[in-house]
Amino acid sequence: MTGSLISELKPKGKIITPFNVISGLFILVGIGFMIYRFIYGLPAVVNEAPGFPWGVWIGFNVMAGVAFAAGAYTLTFVVYILKNDLYHPIIRPTVLNGFLAYVFYAGAIVLDCGRWWHIYNPLIGNKFGVNAVLFLIAWHFFLYMLAELVEFSPAIAEWLGAKRLWKVLKGMTIGAVVFGITLSTLHQSALGALVLMAEPNIHPLWWSEWIPVLYFVSGIYGGISMVLVEGWISMKAFSDIIPEKFKKQYPNIAVGLAKFAAGVMFAYLFMKLLVLIHGRHWDLLLTPMGYIYIIEVIGLTFIPFLFFLFGAKNRSVGLIRWAAVLAMLGIILNRCSYVFIAYKWYVPLSERYIPAIPEVWIALTIVVAHMWAYRWVVRRMPVYTDPPEWAKEDH
Amino acid sequence: MDRRSFLKAIAAGTVSFSLTPSGVLAKMPDGSKEFVGVLVDTTRCIGCRRCELRCAQVNNLPLPDPDDKKVFEKERWVSAEHWTIVNRHKTSKGTFFIKRQCMHCCQPACAAACPVKAMEKKKDGPVVWNPNCIGCKTCAFSCPWGVPELEPKPFPKIGKCIFCWPRLQKGLLPACVDTCPMEALIFGTRRQLLDEARTRIYKNPDRYHRYIYGEREVGGTSWMYLTAAPPEEMGLKREVGKKPLPENTTGFLFAVPYVLVLWPAFLLGVHKATERRKEVASKENEEG
Ligand code: SF4
Ligand code: SF4
Repeated sequence: MTGSLISELKPKGKIITPFNVISGLFILVGIGFMIYRFIYGLPAVVNEAPGFPWGVWIGFNVMAGVAFAAGAYTLTFVVYILKNDLYHPIIRPTVLNGFLAYVFYAGAIVLDCGRWWHIYNPLIGNKFGVNAVLFLIAWHFFLYMLAELVEFSPAIAEWLGAKRLWKVLKGMTIGAVVFGITLSTLHQSALGALVLMAEPNIHPLWWSEWIPVLYFVSGIYGGISMVLVEGWISMKAFSDIIPEKFKKQYPNIAVGLAKFAAGVMFAYLFMKLLVLIHGRHWDLLLTPMGYIYIIEVIGLTFIPFLFFLFGAKNRSVGLIRWAAVLAMLGIILNRCSYVFIAYKWYVPLSERYIPAIPEVWIALTIVVAHMWAYRWVVRRMPVYTDPPEWAKEDH
Repeated sequence: MDRRSFLKAIAAGTVSFSLTPSGVLAKMPDGSKEFVGVLVDTTRCIGCRRCELRCAQVNNLPLPDPDDKKVFEKERWVSAEHWTIVNRHKTSKGTFFIKRQCMHCCQPACAAACPVKAMEKKKDGPVVWNPNCIGCKTCAFSCPWGVPELEPKPFPKIGKCIFCWPRLQKGLLPACVDTCPMEALIFGTRRQLLDEARTRIYKNPDRYHRYIYGEREVGGTSWMYLTAAPPEEMGLKREVGKKPLPENTTGFLFAVPYVLVLWPAFLLGVHKATERRKEVASKENEEG
């Protein structure tokens, strides 16, 4: 067992591939920047503009990353609570992806925290800021990671051949699912609530008391888009291990997800419209900030909504993929708007925060490292592949 | 500063309210029910920047050069290593100077946002920083004036005016108030300061614009300003609004316990229902 475990830990397949070399070097440089950041402090790698405390790590990695991870709780809801079996084949990849996203993107918070050596304070109770939104988020991230791990753990038990443990872990799934959905509902919206207090700092086209709900709803379609993009990449990258029946099933899954995403996006756009009407800031639409707003809401939300709609209607997986990519770009723009684009919009461009190269490099290193971890697990555990005979589920 | 010079500071000039030092300062640490504050009478400030220097000395910050008048050419802002600054503004009523620092909000967004209560509103009024801070910068993100800032260092602290809280506890005046040669800074309880500000406006309607900046801004602040011209001409933002910002999140936080209780119950209910449906369906399948 130990011997085989060690061989399992070794890389599988060809080591020298263009992807491995390029992404490996990329990660190495990124790790270098990270070490540099911890030794010489944030200003060494981050473009610090006075008055702009947060940048791409919070906007892109944490806020957008967590929205993209929402696919996990959305699908567990559909599969385990509503018992829709169509999506059962993608539940494991999605939960795995969600779990890793939290591990890596919550990790970005550690990078961004100036006093990272105190990062455990909210958890160990070196004063509980119980009425602070970020306190809630810290705890939810932590507990949610545990829930996701429990949901995914049967796959680990199958990999290790631990039959008894498997039974125990399997029995915990529903509990973890219910717990996970509840936590997600709260912290997806809590990320929105985090910016609520900065009302005077956020452009009126973006600020509204509905931000938590908007974050929650956009997280759902952001998560589904991520599942679609991830499926697209995986079908290519793991086509050697993905079973034929899954490949046949996939277009049905994609079309179903596209319909779902279109429905959620419709609700989201409707809410955006209500917020706009209620805010009565029409005049601001024809300002530079207004154009960014239009790009976000029309170009990167309404257009992908149409793509999803027609993609589902014509069963065009290609169109659905593009819809997913555009929708994700829309979420990134939206989250970064709150954090530094529409934030203190009155500050002239020359004094604004513009991300520095090492900063963006680190942000992308986190994404690439996430992909490596994902591949490592997929190549070993029954994620896409069928579980061993003894672990067949009865449905 | 001893009791005598403190009395001098209070009794001097146009300070017309009666403040006995024992009446305010002695009670301070164990909590008089009122917030203390400072009224900044910008019509009296001559831009000598002695407050800047004294602040840096008292708080071990890099020392500014108060005689460097070039700094007035550009509007400056406070930073982690420069907790108070004096700006010069050309207004419709002439050129005036204004000292800026943390406003010590009555309901501070920074403290409400802090996940570890490192940013803390003392019941006497000052908003202070504690070293259990994790450096998440949510305080900086949430402050309507952009005051708190992380020091640009490998192992930084959050730097901002702490109202000389250690000095107040010893019964001393804030360093800037203590050092101001023009009595442009007046220390007292918020209520006394508001009375004083209104009296000044009432008695000298030509000298002051009829507005006390900080009386209502974001629900009221401990530091308040009297200006000759409308406050926005002095760089005092009116857009911060009158609403206490922590109210923005109370609705959300209020909903959290309900979601935590009701959502799992609902989910488990649906789970049970769909499970039964599925069992029935699979049985029918077997029979049929
Ligand atoms: S001015 Fe800013 S830093 Fe000062 S108390 Fe108010 S919110 Fe906090
Ligand atoms: S940076 Fe420190 S003081 Fe500011 S909110 Fe975070 S933990 Fe609190």
